[in-house]
Amino acid sequence: MASTSSRSYTEMAGRAALYAILLLFALYFLAPLFVMIITSIKPMAEIRTGTLISLPKAPTFEPWLKAWGTATIGVANEGIKGFFMNSLRIAIPAVLISTLIGALNGYVLSKWKFRGSDTFFAMLLLGCFIPFQVILLPMARTLGVLGISGTVSGLVLVHTVYGLAFTTLFFRNFYVGIPDELVNAAKIDGAGFWRIFWKIMLPVSKPIFMVTIIWQTTQIWNDFLFGVCFSTGDTQPVTVALNNLVNTSSAVKEYNVDMAAAIIAALPTLFVYFAAGKYFVRGLTAGAVKG
Amino acid sequence: MASLVIDQVYKRFGSVEVLKGINIAIEAGEFLVLVGPSGCGKSTLLNLIAGLDSISSGEIRIGERVVNNVPPKDRDIAMVFQSYALYPNMTIRKNLSFGLETRKVPKDKREEQIKKVSEILQIEDLLERKPSQLSGGQRQRVAMGRAIARDPLVFLFDEPLSNLDAKLRVEMRAEIKKLHQRLGTTIVYVTHDQIEAMTMADRIAIMKDGIVQQFDSPNGVYSNPNNLFVAGFIGSPSMNFIPVKFEEQGGQRGATLTNTKDQTFFIPLTNGSDYPVGQSAIMGIRPENITDTNEGLESRQQIIELVAEVKVTEPTGPDTLIHVEFNGTEVICRSCPEFAAEAGASMKFALDTTKILFFDPESGMRLDDAN
Ligand SMILES: Nc1ncnc2c1ncn2[C@@H]1O[C@H](COP(=O)(O)OP(=O)(O)OP(=O)(O)O)[C@@H](O)[C@H]1O
Ligand SMILES: [Mg+2]
Repeated sequence: MASTSSRSYTEMAGRAALYAILLLFALYFLAPLFVMIITSIKPMAEIRTGTLISLPKAPTFEPWLKAWGTATIGVANEGIKGFFMNSLRIAIPAVLISTLIGALNGYVLSKWKFRGSDTFFAMLLLGCFIPFQVILLPMARTLGVLGISGTVSGLVLVHTVYGLAFTTLFFRNFYVGIPDELVNAAKIDGAGFWRIFWKIMLPVSKPIFMVTIIWQTTQIWNDFLFGVCFSTGDTQPVTVALNNLVNTSSAVKEYNVDMAAAIIAALPTLFVYFAAGKYFVRGLTAGAVKG
Repeated sequence: MASLVIDQVYKRFGSVEVLKGINIAIEAGEFLVLVGPSGCGKSTLLNLIAGLDSISSGEIRIGERVVNNVPPKDRDIAMVFQSYALYPNMTIRKNLSFGLETRKVPKDKREEQIKKVSEILQIEDLLERKPSQLSGGQRQRVAMGRAIARDPLVFLFDEPLSNLDAKLRVEMRAEIKKLHQRLGTTIVYVTHDQIEAMTMADRIAIMKDGIVQQFDSPNGVYSNPNNLFVAGFIGSPSMNFIPVKFEEQGGQRGATLTNTKDQTFFIPLTNGSDYPVGQSAIMGIRPENITDTNEGLESRQQIIELVAEVKVTEPTGPDTLIHVEFNGTEVICRSCPEFAAEAGASMKFALDTTKILFFDPESGMRLDDAN
């Protein structure tokens, strides 16, 4: 008995130390968010006089409203709302299209292999390792030829194409884990390519859809480089607008407005994470479907 | 119900030849078992019959129709897979009706069919469950149900029982056989279990290395094997293979067995064969043909009495297997438990010489080819 309790004592000490360290790291990572939030609801006067982490005495949502609707970005005084909408108009179709095509690609590359399909997949994988910068010039030319430079559709195309390597990889690896016998059974049951995809594969794909959607949403929403390069003025995504807002030279630097705008720009990815994050880990670790 | 003909079928994967000229033909309603060791090409052949893979050369006919280029869905076959391959996202009812829906069978007909099938297989209570909520045996039934619901010309089974425990396997074996008698549909059944093959088949094709070693009735492959492989593969415990040399004693052609005490026993050839004296051969004899001497065999002709020292005894219940040695080779004999001697003791055996087979040691082929 004595030995059991002494062991559980050391065990508990170990646990406590572990939690202390985890807490420390959590605080460390949450600190910037905390500073952003409190700064965004302080009036400028308090920011000038107080310290970085002093709590607001007279909280105000004025900076949020300004960041959303009236802040000066470039030449207009309309806040980031329009750019936020741009980001939505870019991200939603780009995420959906790249995910659906990825699912279809993965289905073909795992269940309808053709001569050279493995080589094809290996080449596609290279796409995951190509740095953004490499494709800027060719992509600019392509958009020009297609006549969609500087448009929202142009950015949708860029993100869809760039994302395909990843979405295909995710789905292909997931579908490889689904037994071929399932597909063969459906073939014998008379189902064709599309019916097997809709009725057999898609219904078991929820975890990998979640993973892919989270991944793509985060990538596309947070993208800055493509946004800067392939959009102009009123088609810019929110990340670019945020940069412009902070850099717009005006008399005073309004830190509270900057912070509010930054948080607004980050909200969608946070939302996706909280709404579907639990599927992310589950989806990445999900193996074959048990029949 | 339809006949099935597999005519000179070859299958190559790249440069590897997996099936090397398969010839099999069965009548409508027959139960064909493909049996052989792992990797011999059984599943490959089954997939070719199903149309899941394409034939390199040769011809497969279902009924009178050549199906080489017919896709699986138009072959009118149904298949039961080793892993059952039930659709995990669908209820059992949906699983059963999926193939019917795909084939645009009207709703009332579908329901009637599902009702009939679930009664036959006693899965009525499982219809609203998902496959993950079933036991292995229940999944197996559903997989069969899905095949039956379609009412196909030919059923294909790929090792359907190998994931079940021993007891359930024996039960399902009998059930599949009953089902076959009831439905009368042609069945091609793949297994690597020779007991399954023997108990279920009308016709057995024993395969090895992509070649059919023998295509025969269960009785045929058991008592009249073509070669050493078939002789050793079918039967448990396996047939004994004893190296011998032909000789002549007292004007009779025969072979000699020598036990560990150097006692010799001359075995005259029964069907007066003319093997050259001095030629080496493998004598094949099944354990049940070397028995204790109390089994009333003595009254029959052509029994030779042997004596050997018992090395090991293995009681199996109904009989005891006795390991002895002849010509430097371990030989297994079968005895009634009450007449089995102890290990180390000397024991008398009765050898039924009419059951002896001879094989060529090099080619493994039968010398006394009865055909
Ligand atoms: N797609 C393929 N490409 C290359 N070789 C293959 C392919 N499919 C099967 N083979 C080879 O063909 C041979 C026969 O395989 P098959 O699956 O038919 O064996 P099997 O008799 O069903 O064995 P088991 O009892 O283990 O199921 C094996 O050597 C296997 O490696
Ligand atoms: Mg197999």
